[in-house]
Amino acid sequence: MTRVFIPKDSAALAVGAEATARAIAAEAARLGEAVEIVRTGSRGLFWLEPAVEVETARGRIGYGPATAKDVPGLFAAGFLTGGDHPLRLGDLETHLWLVGQTRITFASCGLVDSASLTDYRAHGGLKGLERARAIGAAGVIEAITASGLRGRGGAGFPAGIKWKTVADTLAMRKFVVCNADEGDSGTFADRMIMEGDPFALIEGMAIAALAVGAAKGFVYSRSEYPHANAAFAAAIAAARADGFLEGFDLELRVGAGAYVCGEETALLESLEGRRGQVRAKPPLPAHKGLFAMPTVVNNVLTLATAPWILVNGGEAYAALGTGRSRGTQPIQLAGNVKFPGLYEAPFGLTLGQIVHDIGGGTASGRPVKAVQCGGPLGAYFPPALFDILYDYEAFAARDGLIGHGGIVVFDDTVDMAVQARFAFEFCAIESCGKCTPCRIGSVRGAETVQRVIDGVDVEANLALAADLCNTLKFGSLCALGGFTPYPVMSAITHWPEDFQQPKV
Amino acid sequence: MTAFEPWRLERAEEIVAGCAGLEGAALPMLHAVQAAFGHVPRPAIALIAKTLNLSRAEVYGAMSFYHDFRHAPPGRRVVKVCRAESCQATGGEAAARFLLADLGIAWGETTADGAVTVEAVYCLGLCAVSPAALIDGEPLGRLDGMTLTQAARA
Repeated sequence: MTRVFIPKDSAALAVGAEATARAIAAEAARLGEAVEIVRTGSRGLFWLEPAVEVETARGRIGYGPATAKDVPGLFAAGFLTGGDHPLRLGDLETHLWLVGQTRITFASCGLVDSASLTDYRAHGGLKGLERARAIGAAGVIEAITASGLRGRGGAGFPAGIKWKTVADTLAMRKFVVCNADEGDSGTFADRMIMEGDPFALIEGMAIAALAVGAAKGFVYSRSEYPHANAAFAAAIAAARADGFLEGFDLELRVGAGAYVCGEETALLESLEGRRGQVRAKPPLPAHKGLFAMPTVVNNVLTLATAPWILVNGGEAYAALGTGRSRGTQPIQLAGNVKFPGLYEAPFGLTLGQIVHDIGGGTASGRPVKAVQCGGPLGAYFPPALFDILYDYEAFAARDGLIGHGGIVVFDDTVDMAVQARFAFEFCAIESCGKCTPCRIGSVRGAETVQRVIDGVDVEANLALAADLCNTLKFGSLCALGGFTPYPVMSAITHWPEDFQQPKV
Repeated sequence: MTAFEPWRLERAEEIVAGCAGLEGAALPMLHAVQAAFGHVPRPAIALIAKTLNLSRAEVYGAMSFYHDFRHAPPGRRVVKVCRAESCQATGGEAAARFLLADLGIAWGETTADGAVTVEAVYCLGLCAVSPAALIDGEPLGRLDGMTLTQAARA
């Protein structure tokens, strides 16, 4: 029996992985070859999807991108024993793109049978939870604090401090809420974990629950992720059936297309069944969160990294990274880039290294003009600033954000005035409506940039846009209104020529 | 193609009762109702309100806040096209314009024959294979105007 690994990751499915899997099963049956198809997550080398790996005597040999029509040729070339073929990639573990990475959060994604708890255990799964039970709540919080792990959703708040705050707050009930409302364009790491290594997230949540004394957890995902939701719901059922959760239970909840529900207090409102409107802080969710009870709200990646830290120790994680940004960041490269995908590396690469050396520049072959980091609320960076270090503080110092780790590359055909207008439009579409600067400022901002594009009173309208940004930045309740000025002002600052086009 | 059930109050009561044990059940109820009927009919709002001991205004307020919940059933095929930055950077807007022109509709509209509804979404998490769309829940990537339109009409 030869094992063939084919991703069931949504992005792999989007380019034909299901058809490839069916074609391999059909061709194997026709030729009388004994093949077992194992569905995995993606390794994150998306330009090679659909990627197929075969378990051979010489290790796991990859082929890709392998569409259904390539399958007869692959069999003819003897791919079941690692035979030569134009699509042969060799052992993916030795692929340069993977060799350069430090995979911690994504150590198992793409490797394991994502639906199998047995396979998860065989690859070292649940060792972190075992360790957590051995050292107890105080020991867990100590390890997470020592690791320097910061919230990977974007805010970068130290996870250890958050967990300790919830642990120290007395209450009848406590909750662990996983923020899987991954709405930033250019990000897909949460989705990859839910589809490719869901038990790591469940284990991480169980560890957090143990640390803070919670018996119930919620994962708030997105309706835009139907496959991830199905995969994760199945994983929860498998975990419950197995019994390793021991008194902790978790539930998957699905949002309904509201970007702002990725903001933690809006998320809590939505979980409680209301409009996803932001709450004023304080009180912090750690004191009064879900149903007014102390609540840990952490991103998928933060929680999925906890098992590794428990197994290897906080110091091992803290040994990686730069400055106050410790450990690794799963960087997500997207947009007009030659090698789009997930690249996990310690903090401290330069933006130029990420875009050019890892991403290979643009897919179109044209010069890179702008790179948006940290989703729709993140700043656009020009190549002149590519020496910036990938680090929370370094980005903040240049009016940017790492956010959830997404990087979207644009070539020189992009019009930055249009991107600035889009930032305002997006804010207007997604504003929860609670605070005036965001609700009204976003609409006025889009109108103002449109007047600039139309060549009407350009200088006066640019000054007005800057003034509006100032109001949004300092007057909004949450990051949606507060950070919309980043893409707008970075576009105006770095590409002034795009705002001075002669009136057509 | 997704086939939706015709509205029946008894069926809706069954669906809503199935979620009644959940904490913060309003969204799961709205989702379940829409999954069955393709939209959230007015009587379902009253039913959910009664079950959760909320006012109809509170439930309608929640329902109308979220982009996903519909007041009327969609076309037989729902095409969600991503309009976010990664898809913008890779020609997604041009592909979407081609699709809309071919179908003769605007964003959020349904073709006159009720075959296709096109909705804008902001990120499907398929950014590494942009431009992307979700057709009746199935992901599709590396699209251009032709392939998107073919898939929408297939």
